[in-house]
Amino acid sequence: MEKNPWRGDFPQMDADSVFLDNAASSLKPQSVIDAVDRYYRELSANVHRGVYFQSYEATRLYEETREKVAKFIHADPEEIVYTRGATAALNLVAASFGMEQVGEGDEIIVSELEHHSSVLPWQHVASVKKAQLVYVPLDEQHRITLDGFRSVLSERTKVVALTLVSNVMGYVTPMAEIIALAHARGAVVVVDAAQAVQHMPIDVKRLDVDFLAFSGHKMLGPTGIGILYGRRKWLDAMEPIEYGGDMIDIVEKNVSTWKDTPYKFEAGTMPIASVIGLGAAIDYWNASDLDKMEDHTRRVRQYVFTQMKKIPGVTIYNPSAESGIIAFNLDGVHPHDASTFFAERKVCLRAGHHCAQLLIKRLGIDACLRASFFFYNTFADGDRFVETIKEAVRFFRNIGF
Amino acid sequence: MDSLDNLYREIILDHYKNPRNKGLVTDPGYVTVRIKNPSCGDEITVQTRLEDGKIGDCRHEGKGCSICCSSASVMTETMIGKPLETAHAVAANYLNMVSGKPFDPAVDLEEAEVYAGVRQFPARVKCASIAWQAFLQTLEKK
Ligand SMILES: Cc1ncc(COP(=O)(O)O)c(C=O)c1O
Repeated sequence: MEKNPWRGDFPQMDADSVFLDNAASSLKPQSVIDAVDRYYRELSANVHRGVYFQSYEATRLYEETREKVAKFIHADPEEIVYTRGATAALNLVAASFGMEQVGEGDEIIVSELEHHSSVLPWQHVASVKKAQLVYVPLDEQHRITLDGFRSVLSERTKVVALTLVSNVMGYVTPMAEIIALAHARGAVVVVDAAQAVQHMPIDVKRLDVDFLAFSGHKMLGPTGIGILYGRRKWLDAMEPIEYGGDMIDIVEKNVSTWKDTPYKFEAGTMPIASVIGLGAAIDYWNASDLDKMEDHTRRVRQYVFTQMKKIPGVTIYNPSAESGIIAFNLDGVHPHDASTFFAERKVCLRAGHHCAQLLIKRLGIDACLRASFFFYNTFADGDRFVETIKEAVRFFRNIGF
Repeated sequence: MDSLDNLYREIILDHYKNPRNKGLVTDPGYVTVRIKNPSCGDEITVQTRLEDGKIGDCRHEGKGCSICCSSASVMTETMIGKPLETAHAVAANYLNMVSGKPFDPAVDLEEAEVYAGVRQFPARVKCASIAWQAFLQTLEKK
């Protein structure tokens, strides 16, 4: 078997299973597990409160992670808000910025390629504020294109909420150009980067993005922690959506004031262990060669794709995808039937609508299978996967599907 | 592949390919219940008409995987003609069987017994259950 330089860092990798559900959640390296474990074993104290060693140390690690995240995406630490995940981050933007800034007759641009968490918060804002949701017309491959975007951008556009990488199709949105066009019309751009940070370098300053959200657990970190990047001037102007401990400045009987951003958005005890684990995940990225990892992922994906194309009875929905995702179905076999076969063969895939019902409807199907590759997957994983597809096609044909 | 063969039994495949009592009616004498499984998009509608304390007719329509669609068909065949009380008992027993809970082996599940293999596939219990749950709801909704 070929030598994969990263595989050994992931204790979840047993020799038996082929893990191809990386777009749902990545595996976690030992260093992340150790960081979380160390917090619970040695510190276990709350942050920003005690003056004793354990609390002080926990606070230091908690705030050090904020600096790591900021550096990772070229932001300032004050622009990094901890949230429960990408979903919570996108909801925070809509519930605070959206509810304050969007008014009647304004337009919010979204797309059918979005994960539900990138479109539903804006659907809610639009319905409360009597604003209009406008969908970017996708091209024949179901991609967001500049032409498509231009055709819906207008002086009424207030917010643009789009995904940087699609979680079903693996397409990369031409975001820098979209942001420039949107800003020229005075619109604010919210980017869902949940499928992007683990595949490409992100520079929020160069992108000139207003808000950008992602989850820790898809980029080698723990669950329960996500990041909202916000341009300082927007965060400063925004109201918190949760009130409670740690986010306050002065509390009076009838009025109170809040801490500065980002702390005013972090009410109550945050997932401290997960934050610290995310810091270890970023250390892992910083110590690795992202280009090399991404190149490997794409080569494995291409290797698999080339063989899958030749299997009769397989439909692939995203042949031209840039990232490590293959969305497909076995003809005449419901994805749930198919995924049970794969599960029996210990090939871990996802079946369903992938929290993207608008896209699934557009594809004219009820659901699909998704294999998502990552840098620790090997060509041997690819071989097992392709063999299992062939077997599955045979199995279902034999029993009369 | 023993457990897969145990799941895709001949009777199941037969009902998947040739569903019985499929297609809805507009007759107001039927009680209609629709159940969706939001996690996978499966969707089954069941209609029941009572007649002298018995299941006079039972129909289904929907989309989903082979386990989901076939179990709707098997359910209607099992239920038509059953006295209300027996129908209740059979459905409750079936649901316990597929979800791995204790069930009464004395209750005759007839053809529906072939779904016993579903227990080994926790991810598919829901698929095998929704038509039967919808049926029970049609009895409650009267
Ligand atoms: C593109 C995209 N956006 C948002 C999310 C939501 O992430 P989370 O469930 O971690 O909040 C996901 C994850 O499924 C995703 O793939």
